[in-house]
Amino acid sequence: MTGTAQLQTYDFAGGEYNFAYLDEQTKRMIRRAILKGIAIPGYQVPFASREMPMPYGWGTGGVQVTASILGKDDCLKMIDQGSDDTTNAVSLRGFFEKTAGVRTTYETSEATIVQTRHRIPEKPLREDQIIVFQVPIPEPLRFLEPRETETRKMHALEDYGLMHVKLYEDIAKNGHIATTYAYPVKVNGRYVMDPSPTPKFDNPKIDRMAALQLYGAGREKRIYAIPPYTDVKSLDFEDYPFEVQKFDMPCGLCGAENVYLDEVILDDKGGRMFVCSDSDYCEERRAEGHTGPMAADPAAVHIGGGKQEETDR
Amino acid sequence: MYVAVKGGETAIRNAHKLLAKRRRGDTSVPALTLEQIAEQLSHSVARVMGEGSLYDETLAALAIKQARGDLIEAAFLMRAYRTTLPRFGYSEPVDTAAMLVERRISATYKDLPGGQVLGPTFDYSHRLLDFALAAEDGDAVPAAETAPVEDVGMPRVTDLLGDEGLIEPSSTDSGDAPVGDLTREPLSFPADRDLRLQNLARGDEGFLLALAYSTQRGYGRTHPFAGEIRYGEVEVEFFAEELGFAVTLGTIKVTECQMVNQFAGSAKAPPAFTRGYGLVFGQVERKAMSMAMVDRSLRWQELGEEPVAPAQDIEFVLSHSDNIQATGFVEHLKLPHYVDFQAELDLVRRMRDEWFEKRRQENGSGNTQEAAE
Repeated sequence: MTGTAQLQTYDFAGGEYNFAYLDEQTKRMIRRAILKGIAIPGYQVPFASREMPMPYGWGTGGVQVTASILGKDDCLKMIDQGSDDTTNAVSLRGFFEKTAGVRTTYETSEATIVQTRHRIPEKPLREDQIIVFQVPIPEPLRFLEPRETETRKMHALEDYGLMHVKLYEDIAKNGHIATTYAYPVKVNGRYVMDPSPTPKFDNPKIDRMAALQLYGAGREKRIYAIPPYTDVKSLDFEDYPFEVQKFDMPCGLCGAENVYLDEVILDDKGGRMFVCSDSDYCEERRAEGHTGPMAADPAAVHIGGGKQEETDR
Repeated sequence: MYVAVKGGETAIRNAHKLLAKRRRGDTSVPALTLEQIAEQLSHSVARVMGEGSLYDETLAALAIKQARGDLIEAAFLMRAYRTTLPRFGYSEPVDTAAMLVERRISATYKDLPGGQVLGPTFDYSHRLLDFALAAEDGDAVPAAETAPVEDVGMPRVTDLLGDEGLIEPSSTDSGDAPVGDLTREPLSFPADRDLRLQNLARGDEGFLLALAYSTQRGYGRTHPFAGEIRYGEVEVEFFAEELGFAVTLGTIKVTECQMVNQFAGSAKAPPAFTRGYGLVFGQVERKAMSMAMVDRSLRWQELGEEPVAPAQDIEFVLSHSDNIQATGFVEHLKLPHYVDFQAELDLVRRMRDEWFEKRRQENGSGNTQEAAE
């Protein structure tokens, strides 16, 4: 009983992980869930989400979906907040470079798989592309009814009255529907779905999108999907139709209009500048010679940066 | 700058380097060895093995070292490693009655077959900082006197009660029934007891402790007695199909807690004590006891009780017990959220404009009216 514990000895030098980290059995299980999700658009398929080497809430669902569909010939684009260079996008891209050795890119048109958090690229996606969303809370009814047992029943019965009451109360109280991101949609006339916390600005893009959309929620253990060219309608009322955010000015760097902009605070005297949230889109436009009203501003050099850092490809 | 601009990659690389440096600390102080951690911080190791859901002292010690002593982070490292390991199958149920006992106490009997064995415990030590320990450099640890153990066996207290029919039978399932595994199938509700126990065994010690405590303070009272707590080594057996019999894979140290709780009986069942069960890796008695109390609380439905308290709410307890999930989601708020924040900014600005505009109009019309009067 007593005495020194017999510690197991390890050869800590060795050790290699499977292609894209997950073992093939797990990938198969996830692919089955994906196929089921595609067959029932907008339905949340429970799956045996694995513990990943990054924390829950940091994209484990998206990473598992991507790992399961990734092939050696794929080219991966990884964005967070619309940008390829945000910290977690860099980290997740590095994960796949390390475990799968696939080609990665910043260019939307070059990618075969785009994994994203909170945005959809401005450039329309094609049929030969797949977009993978990282989803924190997949259940659109969760904040109206915290119990999974209840919400699953509501989906089964197509009982979405609660959601409409919520939207109505918003209008009665605020004069607006006070949901600006994760704006609920109805997929293929059946399931109400959370499009992940993308701003509602991006909702029109998921309607009849040419690319396959896959949504992965790791902590909540759910996968759902929207097949190409599926009707996706943002919930609204006849007298209060759905509308997206509009910005009063174009992108300060590239002059793009009708794109989603980030507000960058320049100083503590109210100085600010609006720039494209989709950094690749912005760079491409600038390379084509478009310039925005603030392109000459000293701040623009800092914000727009030089050429992108080349990653090991 | 941490985001938005170019350079995230370099920043992350440098952050990792800095972390490695801080982890090591002052290099004039010798580095910790895994043996030191496993031998001298055994409670930490046990907690990390339990919540990390993987019994391996070496890896747990490594995880603690790598995590700079952050035990939840260490458990996370264990989980992320565990998930990559192949599964061969499920072991036979361990027989805790055959445990090689190092500690065994019962609060319900003064004495009982096998006796009360205090073993290594903080229970009766005075919590005075031991300044001699600060200077200690070695091996002068006095040996404890041990009495020869009579070989009378050490039956579980619940079995003694069970012989008289005073406590409900331990489980109506036969040992052959398939067990649930929430690491292979997503948890769905209502969850059966096997899954609930698995969830609690992996759950956060602090969360379970608080829930168990709440039942003692009136939020779903269960009248518990610590029927028995035992800690020691048990054999793990695996039934090998090819051989046709079970083989011993090795031994693990576990703490088992059997809570004995009141039960008034019902029209269908005579009055009898009811059970709450806790089983954890290593000597983690606080967690084993908390687990047993929460397990008992979650059984309100089968025992015909009213659900009135958080500790009885299966979906609430099981959905929030896992500290790896909890810490991930809480801490993910550190990730950039500026796209969504922009959307909120836009709406708040608009609503404020409308609010001021409305007030201006009201005031304006009010003034005109006054003037007219």
